[in-house]
Amino acid sequence: MAERRKSAAARGKEPAAPAKTGDSGHFPADEPPERLLGYYADMVLIRKFELSADQMYKRAKIGGYCHLNLGEEATVVGLMDALQPSDYLFTNYRDHGYALMRGMTPGAVMAELFGKSTGVSKGRGGSMHMFDTATRMMGGYGIVGGQLPPATGAALALTYRSRPGPDAEVVMCQMGDGTTNIGAFHESLNLAAVWNLPIVYVIVNNRLGMGTTVEAAAGEPELYKRGCSYRIPGERVDGTDVVAVREGAGRALDRARLERKPALLEVMSYRLRGHSVVDPARYRSAADVETAQAADPLPLLRRRLLAAGLMDEARAQDIESEADKKVAAAVAFADSSPDPTPDQLFDYAYASPVANAAHALPGDPAVVIP
Amino acid sequence: MPVITYRQALNDALRAELTRDKSVILLGEEIGIFEGSYKITAGLLDEFGPERVLDTPIAEEGFVGAAIGAAMLGMRPVVEIMTLNFSLIAMDQIVNHAAKIYGMFGGQTPVPLVIRMPGGGGQQLAATHSQNLEVWFAHVPGLKVVAPATPADAKALLLAAIRDNDPVIFLENLSLYNTKGEVPDGDDVAEIGKAAVAREGTDLTVISYSRATTVALEVARQLAGEGISIEVVDLRSLRPLDRETVCASVRKTSRAVVLEDDWLSYGVGAEISATLMEGAFDYLDAPVRRVAAAEVPLPYAKPLERAALPDANDLIKVIRELLDATSFSPPAAGTAGTST
Ligand SMILES: Cc1ncc(C[n+]2csc(CCOP(=O)(O)OP(=O)(O)O)c2C)c(N)n1
Ligand SMILES: [Mg+2]
Repeated sequence: MAERRKSAAARGKEPAAPAKTGDSGHFPADEPPERLLGYYADMVLIRKFELSADQMYKRAKIGGYCHLNLGEEATVVGLMDALQPSDYLFTNYRDHGYALMRGMTPGAVMAELFGKSTGVSKGRGGSMHMFDTATRMMGGYGIVGGQLPPATGAALALTYRSRPGPDAEVVMCQMGDGTTNIGAFHESLNLAAVWNLPIVYVIVNNRLGMGTTVEAAAGEPELYKRGCSYRIPGERVDGTDVVAVREGAGRALDRARLERKPALLEVMSYRLRGHSVVDPARYRSAADVETAQAADPLPLLRRRLLAAGLMDEARAQDIESEADKKVAAAVAFADSSPDPTPDQLFDYAYASPVANAAHALPGDPAVVIP
Repeated sequence: MPVITYRQALNDALRAELTRDKSVILLGEEIGIFEGSYKITAGLLDEFGPERVLDTPIAEEGFVGAAIGAAMLGMRPVVEIMTLNFSLIAMDQIVNHAAKIYGMFGGQTPVPLVIRMPGGGGQQLAATHSQNLEVWFAHVPGLKVVAPATPADAKALLLAAIRDNDPVIFLENLSLYNTKGEVPDGDDVAEIGKAAVAREGTDLTVISYSRATTVALEVARQLAGEGISIEVVDLRSLRPLDRETVCASVRKTSRAVVLEDDWLSYGVGAEISATLMEGAFDYLDAPVRRVAAAEVPLPYAKPLERAALPDANDLIKVIRELLDATSFSPPAAGTAGTST
């Protein structure tokens, strides 16, 4: 993880106009080169992790639904670098990259994908359900919009225990573009507005919800404007530019931290592949796929770093082979970890143990006659 | 008779009704351009156009409610909810609106609506994406709830559901989509509310529905080789429930096991057991047994998921226990036996 950011306010930055592409822009003059290299390393790690997850799915090491962050690496890294360790995060099911950047080990995340007891959710959640109290990742959620009301409530809880200020804890709630069409989005934003909650809603606009374009599904396709009815200011940033994402997230988080008010951030991103690993995405036009590939944030950042003389080819390759090693170690860890055993089935059924909890396996009698 | 998949049977029924009746429209997430998450609506957008096959935003409460309103004005919407789990967001529209509007307004406006959706576990989709919530719907007066097990019933019941004037909850199951069976070509419309004796037998009745029926039939075939004669009653409709067919079968066999994919407490098996108490008590040789899912949020990990879900071995174990408890002894192996 790259070194932590200072708040955008502390750095005296003006809100930037929404950028178009991450390719041509210059890095901010005060941006430490090592930090940029750190971003590249983080993005490469996510990329390699996701490609490996795809492979492992095909080898049946991973089952169920599996949604990847391929194409969204700059978005994920920029958002997560803007957070402080004391902040809380809620995401949707496309959550592997967030788990990694929040600080879970690649081994524990891969083990969750493998359904192993060493996984971050003990193998009970799988791909869509990464959770880790230590890093305040409060869950990936598989029901579209499901994370929004609980994230809003987490922000409510924060108002009872901390005051606004530069070190205030806040909540970030990530979602996809398609999620802005569900009632929970609108109800949550309204609650956050009327209760003045310290929360940043982040829309990762990868232009598609499964096969549906934003234009086909949203009455207001400029999604950052959807906070209008709740007087929640919105900003759109270029999700292929990790620094732009971090800065945009920083401004939104500052509002939550310093003013205790909700904010909305739309991060324009791309999904490089299908909705999930099993979706061949035949509904996508060749032009659309080409646009997405041209906006692939990894080669973009690599080229920029090389062009700016901040990284040479050898360093780039070091970073890439370092990520390969981490991912290989994660797979080895997951593979050699133990499966949960059926006698653990009823573990965690209730947080307060209850005498009559049902512990019958299929076919066990419900009542045993003494 | 052509042999087709359950998926194709549904697709055929939708195509037939879209062709037959202009008031039939399809609504749902990803049913058009994406051709359906499980490809049930494949080809229908191309064939009938975007006015008949509507891709909706992710807004279950909104589009289910909109379908109710359209139905009130004489359309016959067939809604696909991507999986049953997402119907929870639409529950208010289903329970407080679809199920109430006809009766609460004195029978003035029927709501001829179908909501199709697949449920079921066993695909490692974890706790929120693997549920069998049939009893949530089956509990509600005003709804009709069907859960076909075979391709033929899938088609015949879907035709019936679309032509029915009430809201029909049409429960599919993820693991049935690729199953195959004979399906009549023509306009074979089922009667909603009728169970089927899917296999005749004399020693014990297994009562089941949807995916569980396919398991029950497989077990019945297997045990026939040991001289155990199992009758399988496929409920097909959970509301209304064909109590008479269930009771008649158990009056004949004197032993009953319910195989259900939902959770045990308050499940379909509970309703069937109560029905048998009332309708076949004097004929029962032993208490009714239930084989249902373990009562936990279904874990992702395969060994835990497998342990939690009922399967053929669980059913066989319970059948043997019940036969042993009632001193059943099969005739010479290889011949189907007669009852006590
Ligand atoms: C309530 C609900 N409806 C439908 C689904 C099925 N579903 C899963 S992801 C998805 C698309 C979401 O798109 P978006 O919000 O843009 O997120 P992305 O997948 O692009 O990250 C849908 C329809 C679901 N999980 N929950
Ligand atoms: Mg999207």
